Amino acid sequence: MQAQSSVVKSSLRLTLAAVLMFGFGFAMVPLYDIFCEITGLNGKVQQSVITTDMQVDRSRLVKVQLIAANNAEMPWRFTSLQDEVELHPGDWKQVGFWAANVTDNYMVSQSVPSITPARAAQYIEKRECFCFQQQPLEAGESKQMNLVFTISPDMPDDIHTVSMVYTLFDASAYSEANKLVARVD
Amino acid sequence: MTSVVTSHEDGHHGPAKGLMRWVLTTNHKDIGTMYLWFSFTMLLIGGAMALIIRAELFEPGMQLIEPEFFNQMTTMHGLIMVFGAIMPAFVGLANWLVPMMVGAPDMALPRMNNLSFWILPFAFGMLILTLFSEAGAPNFGWTFYAPLSTTYAPSSVTFFIFGVHLMGISSIMGAINIIATILNMRAPGMTLMKMPLFVWTWLITAYLLIAVMPVLAGVVTMMLMDIHFGTSFFNAAGGGDPVLFQHVFWFFGHPEVYIMILPAFGIVSQIIPTFARKPLFGYASMVYATASIAFLSFIVWAHHMFTVGLPLATELFFMYATMLIAIPTGVKVFNWVSTMFRGSMTFETPMLFALAFVVLFTIGGFSGLMLAIAPADFQYHDTYFVVAHFHYVLVPGALFAIIAGVYYWIPKWCGNYYNETLGKWHFWLSFIGVNITFFPMHFVGLAGMPRRIPDYALQFADFNAVASVGAFIFGFSQLLFLYIVITTIRGNNKASAEVWEGAEGLEWTLESPAPYHSFSEPPEVK
Amino acid sequence: MISRTGLRLSSVITAMFVSQSAAAEWGLNMPQGVTEVSQSIYDLHMLIFWICVWIGVLVFGVMFYSIYKHRKSKGAEPSKFHESLTLELLWTAIPTLILILMAIPATSTLVKMYDASDAQIDIKITGYQWKWEYDYLGEDVRFFSNLATSKDEIYNKQEKGENYLLEVDREMVIPTGVKVRFLLTAADVIHAWWVPEFAVKKDAIPGYVNEMWVNVPVGKEGIYRGQCAELCGVDHGFMPVVVRAVSQDDYRAWLAEQVAAKAAEAAAALGDFSHEELMTKGAEVYASRCAACHGQNGEGMGTVFPALKDSAVALGDVQKHIDVVLNGTPGTAMQAFAAQLNDVELAAVVTFERNAWGNDTGDTVTPKQIIDARNQ
Repeated sequence: MQAQSSVVKSSLRLTLAAVLMFGFGFAMVPLYDIFCEITGLNGKVQQSVITTDMQVDRSRLVKVQLIAANNAEMPWRFTSLQDEVELHPGDWKQVGFWAANVTDNYMVSQSVPSITPARAAQYIEKRECFCFQQQPLEAGESKQMNLVFTISPDMPDDIHTVSMVYTLFDASAYSEANKLVARVD
Repeated sequence: MTSVVTSHEDGHHGPAKGLMRWVLTTNHKDIGTMYLWFSFTMLLIGGAMALIIRAELFEPGMQLIEPEFFNQMTTMHGLIMVFGAIMPAFVGLANWLVPMMVGAPDMALPRMNNLSFWILPFAFGMLILTLFSEAGAPNFGWTFYAPLSTTYAPSSVTFFIFGVHLMGISSIMGAINIIATILNMRAPGMTLMKMPLFVWTWLITAYLLIAVMPVLAGVVTMMLMDIHFGTSFFNAAGGGDPVLFQHVFWFFGHPEVYIMILPAFGIVSQIIPTFARKPLFGYASMVYATASIAFLSFIVWAHHMFTVGLPLATELFFMYATMLIAIPTGVKVFNWVSTMFRGSMTFETPMLFALAFVVLFTIGGFSGLMLAIAPADFQYHDTYFVVAHFHYVLVPGALFAIIAGVYYWIPKWCGNYYNETLGKWHFWLSFIGVNITFFPMHFVGLAGMPRRIPDYALQFADFNAVASVGAFIFGFSQLLFLYIVITTIRGNNKASAEVWEGAEGLEWTLESPAPYHSFSEPPEVK
Repeated sequence: MISRTGLRLSSVITAMFVSQSAAAEWGLNMPQGVTEVSQSIYDLHMLIFWICVWIGVLVFGVMFYSIYKHRKSKGAEPSKFHESLTLELLWTAIPTLILILMAIPATSTLVKMYDASDAQIDIKITGYQWKWEYDYLGEDVRFFSNLATSKDEIYNKQEKGENYLLEVDREMVIPTGVKVRFLLTAADVIHAWWVPEFAVKKDAIPGYVNEMWVNVPVGKEGIYRGQCAELCGVDHGFMPVVVRAVSQDDYRAWLAEQVAAKAAEAAAALGDFSHEELMTKGAEVYASRCAACHGQNGEGMGTVFPALKDSAVALGDVQKHIDVVLNGTPGTAMQAFAAQLNDVELAAVVTFERNAWGNDTGDTVTPKQIIDARNQ
């Protein structure tokens, strides 16, 4: 009988471990985001909360390429209005993208940012970005969407070029009205 | 075979009669037998798929099947072999042997044991039936990377997910049972460091299963939610990330690789000392090496993702961690060789398969070390070099160890020796077939042939034809194995209790065939 | 079929016994490639390979010595030793040292590969099911690159060409002696762009940009071929990568040519086309771009790809048909072809679809209608 109760005890303990590991699988989602933020993996950028101006580093200019891309399922026209800009680290810069919904339906878009080189991502600060929210457009409507950003002067000075790519996705299925479960970002 | 086994029942504790015996049985030997037959059936089905793949790849051009069906074949072949053939075979061996090796009457949780087996036929039945659905079977590879397996998947993906859930539950229950048995049911005096290595490797494997099968369940649950409930774990449109899928999948996937090889280490560590007539060299270091491999398996997953675009520091970390695995694995190989050194060896079929395991698994280990070197992996990744690598560790690795184990213990299971001449034929055909199949894959991979393609450029033609010939030799040799096993069950070449001259361990103190309930009285362990 | 297979079998069997020089032509090893990086990767590969070979010789040597000497049939008596701390420590320490020796060159090569900074040319590569798009950043040059091998070759109705499955309609062109950076992404599923001779391979992931680079030395001008390396759906095996490396002068000339050709195309679209011209051109475009999903004869494929023969779109309103081809159908597998095909090609393929396989609408869609639809 002693043996039987210890069997039950270890089985319960192991079942609990399995349940916890199932939870751990889901916990990898936020853990991964933290990992991305630390390493700049995926070019995910923190939404900037910095409002005070930083020290501008006038000694160097960084070239920033602005690139628009479409997901295959996204029929909108989407282009960047400036192919590239140059700025001193610490200087705020406003650039524009232009989007046109050429379909016959109301659609909602989501832009997904990605930055190379990945190690530059953590030094990009954005005050305003169309990628922060979903952007809806009526059928046939078009508009300019803005991005206000800077590069932290702390960025290593061997990085001379930064590419910021925005991919436009059809997020109509994930629009606020349709959203069942939101992933915390 | 029912009639055969029942004919051995002697006295009071015999099994019930008829079909219901198998449906309702809680006996570890019955369940072990069912696991082994199930996995052999899956081996033949998955093998038939492999032969369809190799037949199409025999020469350039599309001849026999369409690319869409080719993708279904590669996917189903992988899933069936990993989850249907290799893993259940190890669980079957554990069911048969763990109670006998630790001196227990049966498994700790016999009813759960029954349930964990009977889930499997349903899981795989459902998976295989998707082949006949209108949308076709899953076609996104056994690694099912999102978004190919979510946004772009055929509708059968839901059945696939449900099937994975079922087999996951089965594995977890099996693992709980094995740990509970090993921790609680050992005969007095059987301390942990006296356990046979097969029991040790299975104990560690079972912990790995409990740690990672739930993560697999988690990742397919996320897929299910993305597909049907509007979440976006892996879809960038809703704020998700397809790379996250790969991290979660390989967090499961790499330990999974060791789940498929650690019990094989255990089997080989039982067989080599027997036929070398010499105790296993470095028992304690074998245990520690197994534990270190299991530990390392949790911190190397991203070496499957070297070309995904990881940051440099991450890439370096995973490269160094992966290279470390070579050390404990090397220790194991050195120990096996030292066990043979100055032994008194004979070469019965189990020993032949075990020796082939040591050599060919080591070759798979070498290519594994090469793959660990991140810069070189940029050339190897997703080519036939990788296909060659993991088939070397899984076929002449895991599968040869399982076959060796069957030959080694089958006289104990059914009381008869197998036909040694046919066994040697089976070995040599398999050994030659496996090398003709998989060795040329190293060459085409290095020369630049990507994996998972139904048709290829002309410079890869010759080696592909060679590989296809080998695959048919290897595949059809396994029918000989089936014949040998059946004739052994029906045979009357009676085996002694000890079976092998040099065999050590509690299972050999039981008569052959082993009684229906292993140790009703705890044996004495010296 | 049988005789062809038999022929193949016999050639394989002969080939297995021919000399090593023939084996070398089969391509046994990793290519050394043409760049500094590909050479260091090759050196690394060979270094590890030989280390593995020597370890193998040593370990299997001891093993086969025991198998030969210490067998019962030779009367070998088993010894009883089963432990040696010294040995265990030794064969933990020595492999560790070897691994450290391997890690040093591996690390430096990796660092070199990761440094894509200060490139002079940037090309954005986008993977689609199942083709590549090359966009020369800062230049007005952007095009798709599709498999050029015909279905007849693939289905053994025609002799296979030398570059079977490794040829495209428009290859990427890069100059030699210049660092070229690739920005890699995908529009649908994950792909991987790979040219073995450059040792450049990386995953193309939707919504995610990876970078890699190549610097082909002057004097190594030529055509380099590769393939998609990540399973990306049914035609994964049919999306090759072809790069033509040319001198810097030729590269500049090529760029100018592309810009001029584009202008000429736009001008041509304003010209007149007969119904027959459009049908002929349309049949070509259909075969290369549409047939993979919609079937050789417009019969469709499975439940995902609808038939075009007798379909509501092909027989219905012309504007709607143009709209579907230009902009795709959201939520389905139908892509937008606005950026992939020019006005003449689009007009031709729509005309073709409305008049082929018994779809007898008699409509002729002109390039001007496409231009209007684009500007709508």
